[in-house]
Amino acid sequence: MNLNLEYHRSPARYMAARTATGTIASGRASGWWAANMSPLRLVNRPDPRPPGPDWTRVKPLLSGICGSDLGLLTGRNSPYLSALVSMPFTPGHEVVGETLDDLPDLPRGSRVVLDPVLGCLPRQVEVCPGCAADEHSRCDHITSGAVSAGLQTGFCADTGGGWSRMLVAHASQLHRVPDALDDERALLVEPLACAVHSVRRISIPDGASVLVVGAGTVGLFTTLALREYTKAGPIYVIARYAHQRERAREMGATEVLSSDRAARALRRATGGFLARPERASEFLLGGTDIAFECTGGSGLDTALRVVRAGGTVLMSGMPNAGADLTPVWFRELNLVGAYASGGNDFPDALALAQSAPLTGYVDAIYPLSRWRDAIGHASAAGRLGSVKVAFDPTKDQ
Amino acid sequence: MDERTPALLMHEGEGFRLEKLPLGSRVIYPPESLPGLRDIDAQIRKALANPLGREPLHELLRPGMRLTIVFDDLSIPLPQMRTPDIRQRVIEHVLELAAAKGVDDVELIAGNALHRRMTPAELKRTVGERVYRSFFPRHLRNHDAEDKANLTVIGHTKHGEIVEINRRAAESDLIVYVNVSLTAMSGGPKSVSVGLASYRSLKHHHNVHTLRHSRSFNDPANSAMHHSYDRMAGLLGDSLKIFQIETTVNNDTFPTQLGFLNKREWEWSLKDQATYLAVKRANDLAPAKQRRQLWHKTASPYGVTSVTAGDPVQVHEVTMRHILRQQLTEVDGPSDIGIWGLPYICPYNVNSIMNPILVMSLGLGYFFNLYRNQPIVRPGGVAIYYHPVQNEFHPVHHPSYIDFFEEVLAETTDPVAIETKFEEQFATDPWYIHLYRNSYAYHGVHPLYMWYWGAHALEHLGDVIFVGGDRKTTSRMGFRSASTLNDALEMARERVGGSPTITYHHTPPLAMADVR
Repeated sequence: MNLNLEYHRSPARYMAARTATGTIASGRASGWWAANMSPLRLVNRPDPRPPGPDWTRVKPLLSGICGSDLGLLTGRNSPYLSALVSMPFTPGHEVVGETLDDLPDLPRGSRVVLDPVLGCLPRQVEVCPGCAADEHSRCDHITSGAVSAGLQTGFCADTGGGWSRMLVAHASQLHRVPDALDDERALLVEPLACAVHSVRRISIPDGASVLVVGAGTVGLFTTLALREYTKAGPIYVIARYAHQRERAREMGATEVLSSDRAARALRRATGGFLARPERASEFLLGGTDIAFECTGGSGLDTALRVVRAGGTVLMSGMPNAGADLTPVWFRELNLVGAYASGGNDFPDALALAQSAPLTGYVDAIYPLSRWRDAIGHASAAGRLGSVKVAFDPTKDQ
Repeated sequence: MDERTPALLMHEGEGFRLEKLPLGSRVIYPPESLPGLRDIDAQIRKALANPLGREPLHELLRPGMRLTIVFDDLSIPLPQMRTPDIRQRVIEHVLELAAAKGVDDVELIAGNALHRRMTPAELKRTVGERVYRSFFPRHLRNHDAEDKANLTVIGHTKHGEIVEINRRAAESDLIVYVNVSLTAMSGGPKSVSVGLASYRSLKHHHNVHTLRHSRSFNDPANSAMHHSYDRMAGLLGDSLKIFQIETTVNNDTFPTQLGFLNKREWEWSLKDQATYLAVKRANDLAPAKQRRQLWHKTASPYGVTSVTAGDPVQVHEVTMRHILRQQLTEVDGPSDIGIWGLPYICPYNVNSIMNPILVMSLGLGYFFNLYRNQPIVRPGGVAIYYHPVQNEFHPVHHPSYIDFFEEVLAETTDPVAIETKFEEQFATDPWYIHLYRNSYAYHGVHPLYMWYWGAHALEHLGDVIFVGGDRKTTSRMGFRSASTLNDALEMARERVGGSPTITYHHTPPLAMADVR
């Protein structure tokens, strides 16, 4: 039997979690509410079965808790995504694990990281234009084929997910982990690949000024990828907590700003005028050339307000908060999305994970049985000085 | 202070308290308030008709001439003078003479340098309703130090200082400068050379080096800043005709209902003591916004002690005598610790908020420099100030102050480092310039100037402690805060030893220490 954390259909619990975590008063305790009220349960299920010949069973060694997972548990994620999942499913798409079956070029017992996107190849369907272009994150077939609907492993009823003792994965999803890379670093490859992908989604001219809104995992890795793969000029990072400020500087930030003075500081740094609307946040006439939104929350509103006219805002975090889109219209901004990864992003992220200063990024590891504590910790990771909170499903065995 | 000395009044922003100082502490009070002139209009007429080193004003006026009347802005006197303002009275007399002589090309300009523009209401209050109605807005305006097209270079001093002033004034046949002098640092050579100048010109004397070599800037003979003013004024005097009208006021700073604030504590009558208790109680209970409004609306019933007109240099000598006669108090040597209570107002927060940078400027710039010969605190001694030092800024008046506090002071508090790295940025920032010219903001460089203002004190003092000061805000500025005077003294003893000598500089009303 497979012990796993299962997300099941329960409109009542979903609404309760959404309501309870949505108030200002319960904001700090959102992790507690999410852990106790969301439709998540620890259950034993039969082991998942590989749906085809190129699949293998994978034993997760570590499985991360991502912002999109927390959005799910707090009811913050958009209903748009409900058509792209199949219930019940086991969350967890940041996975480093060990294969349990032999595959061509991947013998049983290989240590692997998972590229979670379930594109045309795993689904065994005719290849769509996105997958044909090696951009499986743009797959049009994620609701069809050999496995049930699910944009990624971790949102699909048939594959299982990382928050369990076992999942199944297609050979095309797996990347062997070099021996030199320990499990903690390997766990970071998936979010790192997403960051590399987001940086490659747009053309960043040499010397361009860039703002990274947010200094959680996505923000920090985006800063790293910007320094590694572009010749961006000054990189400004908006960080909330002291440890995030230090890490952002380590990753190559030129200057780290607090959110409450971002507009003023960016005005001073990049020029322009500050405008103060009635009953709304101030914004810049001027500002940075490019902004990466890496919070999934109110960061988008901030990013839109401080990018220069004609500039680009890249949405990297999964959006779960509203934003005033007036600047997109008035300042003729380019609003670009970046989802998951594609092309060479994963191999490059694997290489980057070996050289980047990532020590200490995975500093809180929980067994599945302590899932409530883990969810609470991950929800308050910034405040508690953590970057990545993970499960170690082997600890329950 | 001895056993019989009552507790002494300390200003602390928009509040005040009585504080018992340690026995043996020394207190500096100003001399008795001088009597004001009885018939001010007659004195103005007399001064204009009998100027020093100039022909009578009516002889300098002729039809077809360009006459520019420049007047001190709202930064002085402090608090604002009860209306009619002395500037209004003088300007009305000048205009009457001009009208009688058929002079019809007349402009009035507030000499606000890099200060914020005065609002129409503030201009009206200063020059009076009649003048305002006749001249505003086309012929009554604020000087614009960033209006490049309307500035002109007069020349360079022998020290290479560029003298650039308002073009209209420079191209006038006669400049009449109408002054109010509250301290020994203002008036005279400063009036036109600073009041109508540009940043290019001001930076020659508003810099750290000059201010550190101004000991003090209320002692012009020993002030490098005034030496620079003198050189610039000399150049102006060679090419422009300036008719200076200077006035001084006495120390009647607070109105009757707050009369106890004008007195020494041991002279308080029973009525004064009762008033203190009532005002203190009401003030403490009042909401912060209303309290601030009330203080800023409280006008001073100053008596005018002198009106002198004519050649700027000769006039200013007379003015200085009147100021010193009112404010100078002899002090026998410096002490280990100096104490000052900082009031709610300084030259740059009239009708506004006293932000932390202005608190620093008032304490370490203005009050510390109210001395001749040497400071009241010995080198390496400790300054103790009373002020809440709240992290509060006026967003319209002080936009660049906010950035200065948040960004610059987070990096360094060293005036030289600030000047080197940040002055050019702040001075030339297009947004700050826009707000200075079109809104009511102080010039972008102004917060840096305020920091330089304290540069001499920062170099001289061993420690600065704010009693009641917000801990985070004072810390950002490199100072310490204490909850009580006893705590502050305990902290000070770490630096000055167990038995320090203490001097309390009791202001306002203003007293200038002549430390022998």
